[in-house]
Amino acid sequence: MTLPFAIIAGLTVGSAIAAMSLRNLVHCALSLVVTFAGLAALFLQLNAQFVGFAQVLVYVGAVAILIVFAILLTRSAEPGPPASMTTGAGWGIGIAVAAFLAMAGAVTSSVVMQRTAPPPSDLTVRAIGHKLMTDYVLPLEVIGLLLTAAMIGAVIIAMQERKSKP
Amino acid sequence: MTPLHHYLLLSALLFCIGLVGALTRRNAILVLIGIELMLNAANLNFIAFWRYSPNPEALHGVMFVIFAIAIAAAEAAVGLALIIAIYRHYKTTNLDQVDSMKG
Repeated sequence: MTLPFAIIAGLTVGSAIAAMSLRNLVHCALSLVVTFAGLAALFLQLNAQFVGFAQVLVYVGAVAILIVFAILLTRSAEPGPPASMTTGAGWGIGIAVAAFLAMAGAVTSSVVMQRTAPPPSDLTVRAIGHKLMTDYVLPLEVIGLLLTAAMIGAVIIAMQERKSKP
Repeated sequence: MTPLHHYLLLSALLFCIGLVGALTRRNAILVLIGIELMLNAANLNFIAFWRYSPNPEALHGVMFVIFAIAIAAAEAAVGLALIIAIYRHYKTTNLDQVDSMKG
């Protein structure tokens, strides 16, 4: 394990735990930004520059802002009552720990333990764009349609319902 | 270079943190944040496997993650719009109190 990986991983996991356990929702959103930035740094470390910057643009730039807006619009920024966990908190944590142990066991006992990294390829954005425009052009169009539909749907769902008002 | 299984274990840990949040928190926004964390953990897995694959020129992992990020963005937008609509109706985002249909 290299030192940069250890630092980034510690920061990411710590801020993820903070995002899931803090009481004030604005603090949760800010910790989430640190988590997303740490993941972007991991993508950069894995030689996936385009995905790293897309992560910064989409998650740190858009999704985090959207979440902060939702927190402020729903006025849930004030700390709630002390018991902000559901009654089944123990069950939830137990299920998550069991899931982690299962996944860790599967990873440590599989053949990927011996796999070594090939030398880094000079992957360019040009290659990604070429691939998107040739092999993946149909998924690209579908995703454009999906994003348009999701945008219109989000606006319609969040719009004030006028007809039901007296 | 960091071995592959460190990335896989880190992503499993992030997934489980998100799972805890989605299962135990009451606030709908935090449940959504947990789901986003789980999606990001899956993305990290895709990128790690792509980097350690025998032929990274195929770009399959990168393409999958790009499309997953786009779908996650759409999901976040629709989910937050739903939460705002629920808040307007019930005046709360506490999932335990959102328990009636057509009320």
